[in-house]
Amino acid sequence: MSVWDDVVGQEHAVELLQRAATDPTAMTHAWLVTGPPGSGRSVAARAFAAALQCTGTDGVTGGCGRCHQCTTTLAGTHPDLTVVATDKVVITIDEVRDLIGTAARTPSLGRYRVIVVEDADRMAERTTNVLLKAIEEPPPHTVWVLCAPSVQDVLPTIRSRCRAVVLRVPPAEAVADLVVRRDGVDPQVALTAARAAQSHVGLARRLARDPEARRRRTAVLDVARRIRGVGDAVLAANELVEVSKAEAKAATEERDAAEKAELLRALGAGDGETLPPRLRSQLKQLEDDQKRRATRRQRDVLDRAMLDLLSLYRDVLVVQLGADVDLVNAGDAAIVRALAADSTPEQTVRRMDAIGLARERLAGNVAPLLALEAMAVALRPQG
Amino acid sequence: MHRSPSRAVPAGRRQRTGVGASWQHGAVPPATRSRPGARKPASGNVRSWDEPTLAPVVLVRGPEDLLRERAVDGVVGLARERDPETEKVELEGATYGSGQLQVAVSPSLFGEAKVVVVSGAEAATDELYADVIAHVASPDPETTVVVVHGGGQRGKKMLDTIVASGAPVLQCDAVAREAEKAEFVTRELRAARRRAEPEAVRALVDALGNDLRELASAVSQLVSDTTGTITEGLVDRYYGGRVEATGFKVADAAVAGDAGAAVALLRHALATGGDPVPLVAALAMRLRTLAKVAAIRGGGVTARELGLQDWQVRNAQRDLQRWTPEGLATAITAVAQADAEVKGAGRDPVFAVERAVLTIARSRRG
Repeated sequence: MSVWDDVVGQEHAVELLQRAATDPTAMTHAWLVTGPPGSGRSVAARAFAAALQCTGTDGVTGGCGRCHQCTTTLAGTHPDLTVVATDKVVITIDEVRDLIGTAARTPSLGRYRVIVVEDADRMAERTTNVLLKAIEEPPPHTVWVLCAPSVQDVLPTIRSRCRAVVLRVPPAEAVADLVVRRDGVDPQVALTAARAAQSHVGLARRLARDPEARRRRTAVLDVARRIRGVGDAVLAANELVEVSKAEAKAATEERDAAEKAELLRALGAGDGETLPPRLRSQLKQLEDDQKRRATRRQRDVLDRAMLDLLSLYRDVLVVQLGADVDLVNAGDAAIVRALAADSTPEQTVRRMDAIGLARERLAGNVAPLLALEAMAVALRPQG
Repeated sequence: MHRSPSRAVPAGRRQRTGVGASWQHGAVPPATRSRPGARKPASGNVRSWDEPTLAPVVLVRGPEDLLRERAVDGVVGLARERDPETEKVELEGATYGSGQLQVAVSPSLFGEAKVVVVSGAEAATDELYADVIAHVASPDPETTVVVVHGGGQRGKKMLDTIVASGAPVLQCDAVAREAEKAEFVTRELRAARRRAEPEAVRALVDALGNDLRELASAVSQLVSDTTGTITEGLVDRYYGGRVEATGFKVADAAVAGDAGAAVALLRHALATGGDPVPLVAALAMRLRTLAKVAAIRGGGVTARELGLQDWQVRNAQRDLQRWTPEGLATAITAVAQADAEVKGAGRDPVFAVERAVLTIARSRRG
C-alpha cells in the first residue's frame, strides 16, 4: 500500500517524485507535470502532495499511504493542500490572485503548503503572469504543482521556473491492472476496455464498469459498417447527433435543475411563484450558461464518438497493411475485418481524413448535424 | 362648465350599434351590472382588427404590429368621429407606475372625451396588470381604454379578465402565408376603393411580402401615384426587379439545377439583409430531406419515422429523379465546407455560399 499505487505505468516519474519527497537535496518548489489526457496527471500530483506531507508508518516514508497526512491529502481534506480545477473554459484571474494569498501562508499541520493547479493550460496569459513572482520565489514551505497536457501549453516564463515531470501513455496492461484492482472487474474485460480507451485511465474505467458505455461505443463503431449509401449516411449522422444530445441532456439535466432551485432560493422566490421582471435576467443568465455547458457537453460526446471511429479506421488500416501491432478495438474485431476486406488502404486513409476534418469543423462551430453528414457521406463505400 | 352637446348622441349610438350585450349593461350602474347572469360567458367578443368598435375597455392583441397600430387608429378614429375634441392619452406598459391609469381616465377640467391607449402590455409592470384588472371591474363609461398586447403569456390574468368581461377583442393575427398577404393587399385596395388585377397583387406580394409594413406602404404609394385599375405592368414599373428571396427559395432553385436563378435569388436574399449562415442552413436542410427520402426509397424507414410531411416527400421524390447518390454526396460535402467557411474558416462568406449553390446546381444530373 502506497500513495503511488494509482499512478500506473509511470515508473520513471514516480521514482523522480518519490526521491524529491524523501531527499531534501532533490526537492524544488515548483513542478510542472505534463502528460496526455488520461495518463493520470492530477492523480500523480495528488500522490506527490501526499508523499510530501507523509510522516511515515513502520519506517516507510515518502508516501506510505496509511498515515493521517497521506490519507487526508489523498481525500483532498488536508488543510495545507489547495487544488484548483475548473469545469468552465478558463481559470479566472481572481481565483489565481486568491491563490497567491494562500501560497504566502505557513503550513498549519503538514510539512509543506502544496498548491495543485490541475488545469494550468486553462489560464489566459495575463492570469499566468500574475503567478510568475509567486512561483519563482515562494515562501520556504510552499510547493507549486502545475499540470498541463504538454510543456508547450504553458508560457515559457512559467516553464523555466518549474521542474518538468513528463508522464507517458501508460501501457494498456498497466491500466487494465489498475482497473481490475480498483473496480474488481474481469481481467479480460478490463484489458479490452483499456485498449479501447487507448490507455485513458478514466475512460477505461468507465468502459470496464458500465456495460451501457460499451454498448454505446460498439453502436458508434457499427455506424461505420451500416452506411451503404448517401441516404444511410444522412440517417446515421442524424442518429449520432440525437444520441449525443440525449447523453448531454442526461448528464446535465439534474445539475441544471439543482442550480436553478438554488438560484431561486437565493433570490427569495418560493416554489411556483413567478419571478419579478427585474430578477428574471439573472435566471436567464443561468439558463444561458447551462445551455452553453450542454453544448460543450454535446460536442465532447460527438468528439469522443469521432475519436472512436478514428481508432476503428486505424485498426482497419493495421489489418489492411498487415502491421504487427495490437488492435485498439479488439472487442469489435468483426467490424474491423469486414471493413478491411471491403476497402483499400487509400480509402481508409481518406476516411480518416474526413473524420479529422469533421472534428475540426465541429470545433469551428459548424452545425454538428451538417459536419457529421459530410463525414458520414465520406465513409460510405465508394467504387 | 362646458360640456359638448354631442355627448348624448354617441351614447345612444353605442346602444344602437350593439357593441356587446354586457357592455350595454356596462353603461348602467354597477349595482345592476353585478346581477347574476348579466355577465357574458368567458367566450369573449372577438372580432377582426379592421372592425374597430367603441367600448369602455377594448383589447387589441396579436403579433402583427402594423395591424395593432391600425386597430388602435380605428378605435381612436371612431372616438373622434363621435366627438372631434377627443383627447388621446398614451401609456407605456414597460414604464407604467401604479395609479397612472386612474389619473389618465379621470375626467379633465374641460370634460372632453378621452381614449387611453396602453401599449406594450406584453412586457409591462405588474402594477399595470393590477390597475387594468381593477379598472375592468368598474369601468368609466365616458372614456375608452385600449389595451394593446403583442402576444405571449405575460399578463395572462389581465387578458383573461378583460375577455371574460365581454369587452371587444380586436385580433391581429400574423399574416404569414402568401394567400393571407394577397388578401391583405386586396383588402387595402378595397379600402382605398381601387381595383387591381390578381397578377398585380401576386407580383406585389412576391416583391415585398417579407414585411407587411412595407407591403402596406407600397399599396398606399401605388394608390396615390396612379389612377385606374392597378396592373401587373404598373407594379413592375414601381417595384420590378425586387424579389422576396428566402433561403428556401434559393435552395429550391439550386436543387432544381437552375444555377442562374439560384445565384440571382441568393444575391437578392443577401441584398435584402439575409445572412449567409441561415442560407447555408436552408441549403443543408433541403439536401438532408432529399437524402432522407432517398433512404425511404431504399426501404427500411418510413417518412413518419423521419418526421417528414407528405408534401416534403412528394417534392423530394420529384427532385430525386434528376439526382444521383454521387451528386448528392458532392452537394452535401460542398455545403458542409461552405458552413465552415461562413463561420470563419474562409475569408468571404458570400463567396462561400455562392460556390456551394453553384456546386449543388452542377451536381444535379443533366
